[in-house]
Amino acid sequence: MILAQSIITLAYYALTAGAAALLLYNFVKARTWDREVLYLIVLVPFLLRLLRVK
Amino acid sequence: MSTTALVRKSLFGALAVIFLAASGKSFYDHRHLREPVVLGPGVTSIKTLGDYHASLRGTVNDINLYVLEGKEPGGTVLVFGGTHAEEPAGRLAAWLLVEHATLDRGRLIVALSANRSASTVTRPGAAYPPDYTIPTSWGGQTFRMGDRWSNPLDQWPDPEVFIHYPSGQYLAYVDVRNLNRVFPGRPDGTLTERTTFAFMELIRREKVDVAIDLHEAELQYPVINTIVTHQKGQEFATMVSMTLTDLEGFNIGTEFSPLNLHGLSHREIGDHSQAVSLLFEAPEPFLDATRGRTNADVLLTGKDEFVVKAGKHGLLFAPIDEKGWPIALRVGRHTSSVAQAMATWSEDHPDRALVAHGIPRYGDLVKHGVGYYLRDPGQAAAGRLAYE
Repeated sequence: MILAQSIITLAYYALTAGAAALLLYNFVKARTWDREVLYLIVLVPFLLRLLRVK
Repeated sequence: MSTTALVRKSLFGALAVIFLAASGKSFYDHRHLREPVVLGPGVTSIKTLGDYHASLRGTVNDINLYVLEGKEPGGTVLVFGGTHAEEPAGRLAAWLLVEHATLDRGRLIVALSANRSASTVTRPGAAYPPDYTIPTSWGGQTFRMGDRWSNPLDQWPDPEVFIHYPSGQYLAYVDVRNLNRVFPGRPDGTLTERTTFAFMELIRREKVDVAIDLHEAELQYPVINTIVTHQKGQEFATMVSMTLTDLEGFNIGTEFSPLNLHGLSHREIGDHSQAVSLLFEAPEPFLDATRGRTNADVLLTGKDEFVVKAGKHGLLFAPIDEKGWPIALRVGRHTSSVAQAMATWSEDHPDRALVAHGIPRYGDLVKHGVGYYLRDPGQAAAGRLAYE
């Protein structure tokens, strides 16, 4: 169980990093200001988790 | 990309970084807040939980264990503060024991942050304050507000269903991180399971006679203002309850630990060790689902108009009025209950007596407040200061 937890945790962090990268990409590609704000707001908790702050 | 878009994205990006830094600092500061503990005259040594299970060493739950050894031999009592880190009266009562109690006979071992991981996070989405400050004559002492469950940063993911070890009982998934659902733990389990396993090792190796787990509960929860006891301690707990009600000026009942409800300290410590296990519950309106604002003021005063209204509709299992349940009353219930448990134990077991003095009682706390009894870390003698 502990091994499975460790593997899932690593996969989770990889997914979080991937999602953060996609959000950042979408922010760069966005053409309207409301979309840009939306992507940044969603990005913040992903970064906090990647940094292991929250 | 046009210059306008570039400028706009740069501006938004900078704002996002500021927002990230501000929120990140708040979370980081909460997780790393150091709480000073002035070692009272009775503290003779400090051990850590890792001393009882090596895999905990260096982890967030390698907590301090404050040992107060009497000059004369006797029994041993273990007090858990902070099993649930969102129940501050338990931690504060344990704090006062460390800062004030002196053992004449026997030994007292105190954990102030039984699940320290849980004290480094608040409940997601519940708008808990990150900390609270108890006013004192020297300024005030700030404590971390915590959660019921270990920090997901320290233990994750949760299973779909938590299967308790060793009973095999199915429990709520999130309780896999609840210290008071994973007793007796296992040596190779999750962080929370290894923490309870280490406590069980402590209880067995140190020949603990009485284990006392300090809690608070919402008023809508039926197990409140009571002592929950393992069947080994039924007469003992009943006598403690009767004596407290008679002498201390507050009512406290007795409940028996259900035989088939597993994972709780009052069940598993009694089943898996020689110790008698008790759990004390005090009322905490802050935890009630019907509360209004969720802030440090409600946490400490125990005043909430919506909980009072729920009481008027007969929805509560404990009384409440506009005076609320101030923290001093809740802490005082616990300190008096611990002191009375030791006294009653000593009457029944003179060969394993637990004789202490210096513990602030219910009446003292009602009169002076909690802050009066918190010692100023700035005045601590050399080597007599620890941190949680």
